[in-house]
Amino acid sequence: MQPPRPLKKRVKTVKKAKTIKVDCLARVEGEGGLYIKIKDGELADVRLNIFEPPRFFEALLRGRMFSEAPDITARICGICPVAYQMSAVNAIERAFGVKVDGQLRALRRLLYCGEWIESHTLHIYMLHAPDFLGYESALHMAKDYPEIVERGLKLKKAGNAIMTLVGGREVHPINVRVGGFYRTPELEEFKPLIEELEWAKEAAIDTIRLTGGFPFPDLEQDYEFVSMTHPEEYPINEGRIVSNRGLDIDVSEYENHFVERHVKHSNALHSVLKNGGKYFVGPMARFNINFEHLTPLAKKEASKAGLAGRCLNPFKSIIVRSVELLYACEEALRIIDAYKMPKEPYVEPKPKGAVGYGSSEAPRGVLYHRYRLDDNGAILDARIVPPTSQNQGIIEDDLFKFIPKHLHLPEEELKWRCEQAIRNYDPCISCATHFLKLNIEKG
Amino acid sequence: MQKGNIKHKPKLAVWKFASCDGCQLSLLDCEDELLMLSQNVEVANFPEASRAVVKGPYDISLVEGSITTAHDAERIHKVRRVSKILVSIGACATAGGIQALRNFKDIKEFISYVYARPDYIDTLSQSRPVSHYVSVDFELQGCPVNKKLLLEVLNASLNGRRPNIPSYSLCIECKLRGTPCVMVGGGIPCLGPVTHAGCNAICPSYNRGCFGCYGPMETPNTASLTELWQKMGVKNEDIVRSFRTFNAASEAFKKAGKDCEKG
Repeated sequence: MQPPRPLKKRVKTVKKAKTIKVDCLARVEGEGGLYIKIKDGELADVRLNIFEPPRFFEALLRGRMFSEAPDITARICGICPVAYQMSAVNAIERAFGVKVDGQLRALRRLLYCGEWIESHTLHIYMLHAPDFLGYESALHMAKDYPEIVERGLKLKKAGNAIMTLVGGREVHPINVRVGGFYRTPELEEFKPLIEELEWAKEAAIDTIRLTGGFPFPDLEQDYEFVSMTHPEEYPINEGRIVSNRGLDIDVSEYENHFVERHVKHSNALHSVLKNGGKYFVGPMARFNINFEHLTPLAKKEASKAGLAGRCLNPFKSIIVRSVELLYACEEALRIIDAYKMPKEPYVEPKPKGAVGYGSSEAPRGVLYHRYRLDDNGAILDARIVPPTSQNQGIIEDDLFKFIPKHLHLPEEELKWRCEQAIRNYDPCISCATHFLKLNIEKG
Repeated sequence: MQKGNIKHKPKLAVWKFASCDGCQLSLLDCEDELLMLSQNVEVANFPEASRAVVKGPYDISLVEGSITTAHDAERIHKVRRVSKILVSIGACATAGGIQALRNFKDIKEFISYVYARPDYIDTLSQSRPVSHYVSVDFELQGCPVNKKLLLEVLNASLNGRRPNIPSYSLCIECKLRGTPCVMVGGGIPCLGPVTHAGCNAICPSYNRGCFGCYGPMETPNTASLTELWQKMGVKNEDIVRSFRTFNAASEAFKKAGKDCEKG
């Protein structure tokens, strides 16, 4: 392992206090920074700053037609556009009383598997693994581990292949509409995907074995995990919202239990439980709550990697993501195997004045949408709560717990470890903003 | 990628402004070409992919995102100063993006609608393309950009030639791939006749009319298309909305929308 190289820094000594700034947190989606204050050798404050410029999606959605919501909200995030499209159609279909089931439902789950494969692989191989192996980036890592990086790229490509066939393209798919799809693929079109996904399944097992062998800093907390849950399947696009501490609600009750707070140091609203409690969404929450619904192979490989249904160390989220990657490959193969082209590509939605609530499991966690629509289907108002807004509080909590134990580390290494701890959550700042600077102030 | 006449390994920087990250992701989506690219180009500043930063100046900068804050309006000048070639990529950087819908509304009302504490938010009333602030060597349109075209722009720029990016309309791409016209044959309103080629006409091949992700083509006849849509029975308000999406603030689509509003 190579030692972390010095980062761009500015050192300023003020009385007993020292401030170090790193201008941009890398390998996250979007722009943010971290502020750490150390006073008399003790940690005094941690703040995750998000300075990604706001784009006001909820405001600009007003007056748009219901049919435009999937395409407009996709533009919130280039890494998880399907999640936005799915939460949007779920909410609007519910408002109109449209039921999308059978092969159309399965096809949506397949599209979502494509996004999980693409997004999880991007994070595991390109953004997070370099931290564990001591490289600045996957491109630097490729010089010593070409076969690992090449495998990651090929896996990512497999996810993108699903997105391209079912969605039309990888980034901002065009085929999703309220009620179903514009066009459903012929069975024949899936054939080239099968071989690629069979390979991806084996590569996902290798991924779990790789990440399972990484060195993990010691950090465990008693988290409140929140995820969707479904009686018959691992949650992706349907289910109730539950927690490991007894929360069990329909998505329409979401705003009765969660509130968003606006803090000065962030352009992203912080979502917390109404009682003020912080909570954890994403792969680790899904895994801890829904382990029983993983496939036997995914369960077996998770157990071999030391995670038999339970994982409380956020650094190990990279293993959990790898397990979900395997699951998504298997699930995609299962759906393709059972595919029969539906007679109609969509159910015709009939607009009516109503409020619709929708959620789905974005790669980074629960994504909530609510729309109020008029009789013609125009959007009167909209509310969107992305996963990273929900995880901001927990990320700060992790750092509060992690930093005091590692104050002995050389400063550059401490900074790198803090970045790694943030990347545990695969934060998508573009989503949450509605930027990252690392400042350590020592006194 | 050929080395051309640049002797040292050219330095590439990728910059982000207000955007969804999708266009820079298109670079990481070049799964088959990424490692080869990184062998021929020094990825010198690309925060989404690497924490390593090599100081400028850079041979080529790709800029994603629109300018929406006073801070970013200054930052884009700094980017220009350290870049030999500056290419803006995507609808946000070339036209202002979906967030330019604010340009048609009251920004104060937008801020207070989304944020509980408007006083914490610093933003400009207009979302503008990079070219509004600095000179741009090439603009690659698209929401998102097409990764093959992105590679072509990189290759061409580094070899001192003009990128070979067609400026015709989407209609030509439908003809090239053999997709029957969804508007003539299927009665589906389609922005293809005025929209820049580049995506390979995906939507019509999925039984859907083009919705203009790639922005206006060179000299689009939007008035003629508006008239056709009106004849097809599309309401004026729906036509205005169709021009006002990801490229709403591009000159051609802005004018088309306004003309239609006037009736």
